[in-house]
Amino acid sequence: MEHAAQVVDPFIFRLSIFVLAVFVGYFVVWSVTPALHTPLMSVTNAISSVIVVGALLAGGVANVSSGSGWARAFGFVALIFACINIFGGFLVTQRMLAMYKKKSK
Amino acid sequence: MSANLSAFLYLVAGVLFILSLRGLSSPASSRQGNLFGMIGMAIAVATTLANHPPADGLAWVLVIVGIAIGAVIGAVIARRVPMTSMPELVAAFHSLVGMAAVLVAAGAFYAPEAFDIGTPGNIHPQSLVEMSLGVAIGALTFTGSVIAFLKLSARMSGAPIILPGRHIINIAIAVALVFFIVRLVLTGGAIDFWLIVILALALGVLMIIPIGGADMPVVISMLNSYSGWAAAGIGFTLGNSALIITGALVGSSGAILSYIMCHAMNRSFISVILGGFGGETAAAGGGAGGEQKPAKLGSADDAAFIMKNASKVIIVPGYGMAVAQAQHALREMADILKKEGVEVKYAIHPVAGRMPGHMNVLLAEANVPYDEVFELEDINSEFAQADIAFVIGANDVTNPAAEEDKTSPIYGMPVLQVWKAGTVMFIKRSLASGYAGIDNPLFYRDNTMMLLGDAKKVTENIVKAM
Repeated sequence: MEHAAQVVDPFIFRLSIFVLAVFVGYFVVWSVTPALHTPLMSVTNAISSVIVVGALLAGGVANVSSGSGWARAFGFVALIFACINIFGGFLVTQRMLAMYKKKSK
Repeated sequence: MSANLSAFLYLVAGVLFILSLRGLSSPASSRQGNLFGMIGMAIAVATTLANHPPADGLAWVLVIVGIAIGAVIGAVIARRVPMTSMPELVAAFHSLVGMAAVLVAAGAFYAPEAFDIGTPGNIHPQSLVEMSLGVAIGALTFTGSVIAFLKLSARMSGAPIILPGRHIINIAIAVALVFFIVRLVLTGGAIDFWLIVILALALGVLMIIPIGGADMPVVISMLNSYSGWAAAGIGFTLGNSALIITGALVGSSGAILSYIMCHAMNRSFISVILGGFGGETAAAGGGAGGEQKPAKLGSADDAAFIMKNASKVIIVPGYGMAVAQAQHALREMADILKKEGVEVKYAIHPVAGRMPGHMNVLLAEANVPYDEVFELEDINSEFAQADIAFVIGANDVTNPAAEEDKTSPIYGMPVLQVWKAGTVMFIKRSLASGYAGIDNPLFYRDNTMMLLGDAKKVTENIVKAM
């Protein structure tokens, strides 16, 4: 009997990563101390700006048609927004976390 | 760089992002966590630039200029923003993530070949589904966050705006969104793409305007969650594991924070989303004050004398303290008390600030050590042993009606049991009701001492009297 080559759609792999990451997120976030919930929000903001990879792809596309011209423009603006978030988010988190000190004595 | 290597590096970035959140389980490891996050981001950006370098010189210039502009603006904002404005800042950042998701999706729609999802006008249907979900959630996050930003920064009234038939309008928009998403997948038309964007933008506005100022901590957490799901949607389009992992992390993080905030206010998530809270309750609270009971007023000298002779003082700060900028004077007072041998602790209600954990940041900024600050469930049992509960700028979160009066609108909300302390000192502007518009019976109890006036001035006077 011949084995048919069964190819799994890459979507299923992505979905697996997604579902597992939701569970990881669930457990990791419950372990965050409530005292750090504000830095948690600012740092999640910063990391969700990893969407910058999409902005880099769109902004750097080969300029061959009017469509790619638009893609460059959208990518450029998205790149600015994402970078504001990345730098602003990580730096403001760093600033906040530097304030948390133990009893000194 | 091979596709396998770059996919592996994106995975490494994703794991570093998980570790950055993991670091927040304690303040000691948090700074290292933040560093992991930055490294993860650097890896993701470098991998993308190495694997798909900008096509020509102009594209390189655009990329470098774009990063530089973002970096400068971001760094300046991060340095200048006062800690009291963190909720507005976070709302503004959410709006940027939402808009970036919309723009990246638009870029992918017009140049699908750069994203390996097809050719212009002939994009894989599956990619169109992922893209349209990302773009719809992104657009909704954008306008929703802009409204939240305007409300939090008081550029717009915090009062709920109730449109007649708003539920029907929202449902109609949602149905239309589904219709155009289906049509986009079937035809791939640009018009459908932009109609989805416009409808989702409108829905974002309509969803947030009916939600009152008191519920903003839930809204801001919810938008945090949405920005994550939008990123995950785009991650599927790009087939990028770093983006998928991050989106899932942020999405669940925001959802958990929304749950914690709802629980702390004893509100169901659905009722927050439906909105309208904070509009009508003010009238209900006013009616309760039929009999005028006398409240015991005290002076700063009395307060200073009593506290110096106490052995344990628990300070309960609220947002009013932050508005009056009294946190530094408060810490000075606590320092003097500690020198006198008094045990000082801080008790924080989850909704003490305008966003989750906000009060902890404000106290940390005033150099209050974090190991003196306790959450509600950890400290509630200690009020009975405390000589003094010092309530500054908080009100509703100490209201015994939440436990005793079944008719109270806040009945069932977890509160700090300050009334169990020997003496309760309340620093307040007046005897008026709090943010939720509910009378606090604690003001008229025998063991309560009211210190009326500006929180900062009163605290400074106490410090002087000591």
